Amino acid sequence: MSAGVGVAPAAAVDAGGAKRAPLAGPQARAGLALALPSVALILVFFFGPVLYGAWLSLTDFDIYALADPSSVRFIGLGNYAHAFAETDFWNALRITLVYAFVGAPISVAVSLAAALLVDAKTTRWKPFFRAVYFAPVVTTLVAVAIVWRYLYQPQYGLVNAFLAKFGIPRVDWLGDPHWALPAILVLAVWKNFGYNLLIFVAGLQNVPRELHEAAELDGARAWQKFWNVTLPELAPVFLFVSVTTVINYFQLFAEPYVMTQGGPLKSTNSLVLLMYEQGFRWWRLGYAAALAFILFAVILVATAAQMWLQQRRERAA
Amino acid sequence: MKLRPGALILNAVLIGGAFLTVAPLLWMLSASLMPTGQANTSPPPLLPSRVTFEHYVELFTHLNLAQSFANSLLVSVVGTLATLVTSSMAGYAFAKLRFPGREALFRLLLTAMLVPAQVGMLPLFLMLKKLGLVNTYGGVLIPWLASVFGIFLVRQVAQAIPEDLLNSARLDGAGEWRIYRSIVLPNLGPVLATLAVFVFMSSWNDFLWPLVILSDDRRYTLPVALASLVGEHVQDTELMMAGAVVTVLPVLALFVVLQRWYIRGVMAGSVKG
Amino acid sequence: MRDFEREHPGIRVQVQQIPWTAAHEKLLTAHVGGSLPDVGQLGNSWISEFGTLKALVPLDPWLAHGALGRDAYFGGIWDTNVLDGVTYGVPWYVDTRLLFYRKDMLARAGYSSMPTDWRGWKACLRAIKEHGGPGRYGIFLPTNEWMTPVVLGLQAGSPLLADGGTRGAFQEPEFRRAFEFYLGIFRDKLAPAIGFNEIANKYQELSRGTFAMMVTGPWELGEFTRRLPDSLQTQWSTAVMPGPNGPGASFAGGSSLVMFHGTRHPAEAWELVKFLSRPEQQVRFWRLTGDLPARREAWADTVLTADERTRAFGDQLTHTVPCPMVPEWEEIATRVYEQADRAIRGATSADSALATLDRLVDKMLEKRRWLASRRAAGAKKS
Repeated sequence: MSAGVGVAPAAAVDAGGAKRAPLAGPQARAGLALALPSVALILVFFFGPVLYGAWLSLTDFDIYALADPSSVRFIGLGNYAHAFAETDFWNALRITLVYAFVGAPISVAVSLAAALLVDAKTTRWKPFFRAVYFAPVVTTLVAVAIVWRYLYQPQYGLVNAFLAKFGIPRVDWLGDPHWALPAILVLAVWKNFGYNLLIFVAGLQNVPRELHEAAELDGARAWQKFWNVTLPELAPVFLFVSVTTVINYFQLFAEPYVMTQGGPLKSTNSLVLLMYEQGFRWWRLGYAAALAFILFAVILVATAAQMWLQQRRERAA
Repeated sequence: MKLRPGALILNAVLIGGAFLTVAPLLWMLSASLMPTGQANTSPPPLLPSRVTFEHYVELFTHLNLAQSFANSLLVSVVGTLATLVTSSMAGYAFAKLRFPGREALFRLLLTAMLVPAQVGMLPLFLMLKKLGLVNTYGGVLIPWLASVFGIFLVRQVAQAIPEDLLNSARLDGAGEWRIYRSIVLPNLGPVLATLAVFVFMSSWNDFLWPLVILSDDRRYTLPVALASLVGEHVQDTELMMAGAVVTVLPVLALFVVLQRWYIRGVMAGSVKG
Repeated sequence: MRDFEREHPGIRVQVQQIPWTAAHEKLLTAHVGGSLPDVGQLGNSWISEFGTLKALVPLDPWLAHGALGRDAYFGGIWDTNVLDGVTYGVPWYVDTRLLFYRKDMLARAGYSSMPTDWRGWKACLRAIKEHGGPGRYGIFLPTNEWMTPVVLGLQAGSPLLADGGTRGAFQEPEFRRAFEFYLGIFRDKLAPAIGFNEIANKYQELSRGTFAMMVTGPWELGEFTRRLPDSLQTQWSTAVMPGPNGPGASFAGGSSLVMFHGTRHPAEAWELVKFLSRPEQQVRFWRLTGDLPARREAWADTVLTADERTRAFGDQLTHTVPCPMVPEWEEIATRVYEQADRAIRGATSADSALATLDRLVDKMLEKRRWLASRRAAGAKKS
């Protein structure tokens, strides 16, 4: 979440002029009681496991440990060292970075382009288009991944049949190590662009009309209007969309799991998929926990970098 | 209405885009109705040569997809209700009731949104194993009992409830619980509807957690059941498409009917911060 | 099941199926979650894993009372159920891999029967390919399955793992030879370099003549009957795996009946195991699924020996070699095909693939080495 969230500092006297409620009175008790269920659940079932995971990542907890707890060894940063020494890990990291820094920008660009089209003055049936473009978002990922798996079939799939009409030769989308990753990205973009489209549309509608009109009066053409008026106004929304989309793409799992199992030749193996394989197929729970934390760290760094870049751009403007 | 050429092109592009977007879903439907083996021919057919429902029958008889459907329904309904209850209470509390540690606690909850879900998944699995909740409906439901996003959403709306309303009720001698039930809840109506749709859809579509926690195929939710069908029936294209239709249709229908609420949830989630 | 229930009133049996590809994960998850069933069918390559995990009940006390024992079964198969001298499973059905092929396509290429050694086999594949033309192959060997390279390695005499199962032996000459042979099949384009998930429907492709054979197991006897068109039903058959110098060994696979630890009904569970192990039940199971009986008596049934297709299995079962019995086997096998896949696609050379394989396997087995040395040092048994 952006650092923009804050809670207004409590005023000594609130809007109604009434006295502040004491911190131990009936209001406080009610507040605690009402908040307790959520907070307790989140602390126990979310933060708890995260802390437990941190501890696990420092041990070599594996299948032997499941049978015999005495065979667990505390290995400090051993799992992390192991990860950094493994080609499989670097491969998964590289692929995850591609998902996040190639896939996400494409997705955001497509959403923005589509939003501009949908929101344009001369577009008819706006609600219809919004709904249609949004439809893939609500579909179950596993189901559509299966559908796309068949669409990508080299001989019998619609994608190759469609491309053949333009004379493009057959591609083995999911079987060719060079094309599997782009194929998955196409699916991911298709699935999610509608979400960001809605957000962009809302953002576009918030751009004050006067600014557009003023630019027109100054003789600006469509492209200039976009670059000098629309984009700056959209900056906060744009940041939000980029940050959340990148974070989502870092966590890509179901698409490669269903369509390629990380292959061919591990060309679509994301970090989450690697973590799942190590943790749930081979029961290397310590190592898998370390992988999860590495992913977490990468996401934090990437998010911070994006926001820092945005601030620099704003300062320069 | 005048139709300038620019507008014509624009709308045509949009219609083309719309068609491309729904094409996979349309093919999914069409293939599910094709006789066995037809979908695996070259060039791929767009429409069934004859419409048959045999795959749907197979799914619901031999393959017992109805059970998975019921499981998904159970998990989604209970999860939605639970989240609504916990989030509305907590959202209101964080918005309007002053209690010690409120701000710090809220900021702590927000940090949860930064942590990817997978970090806690394996340890949570081990924890639930100690509690005996692996492979149970309870286990599947755990992540859906409370939601930081839900608290955030409700708090946003609850903040707009006028203080005067609450204070005059207090002066009238109403207890905090009564105030919550009779004044706050009705005001939260729209955001709760939005949250409900959101949680229902997310829990219906959830894949990784049920995959991890369930090993009994009688308890599988639809996405997991579908993925496990792929293992054995990957060559039965038409059957798999029928399975996909069964999984996707409910949420798609729900979306079409409840668009307004869902879209509101998306927009609200993007409100600065 | 109903017959069992009739014989043993008071016992009800609930059956659950899991797809094979997910079975390993699901059973392990069930063990961790404490939700295993009483009796189960476990692939015998997983016996060492589940045995080490203490997920299985040792069966020797139960076996002492009855007619079930090693002599009633194929020796090589029985041995796969014994870990450190303790028997954990009773073989239920046997699995091995051999060639399923189209007689008509072989005949058109000039072969009236399947060759029995590697050289002959390769020549046969070449002939079929030449006869078939472009886009046609001799055999379908999915690049993401470990059975074939492992079987070839075993045939060549490789132990796969050395030093009591604590190090990889993939760079040794025996495995190297088998590996080169395997890669050669793809290099000469005798098999398409694709995995089992890239082919839409292998039965359709076999019918269409895209390839003439595949290496697979007994369950395909039923599948072929169901899925191949009627016109081909008299044209397909099975043959023993060709070995380096003559008919070769194959993998000693199959599933065993095991009793899971934590069962609350051990006596009843044992009754079920005994019931399912009766020769008549074994034959009946075969009739229903095509899975072959593990019990030698069941093979005396004329139907099994009369049919040439099942006879090949009977022959193959007398020449089987088990896979190394270590809990990490499943993962090691995965790495074998992963490296083979890379070598097939030219992403790495055969030498470096084998070197990487050994390195990965050695790392995987590190814990096993540590535990072995801990045990040797007299510490508490793990």
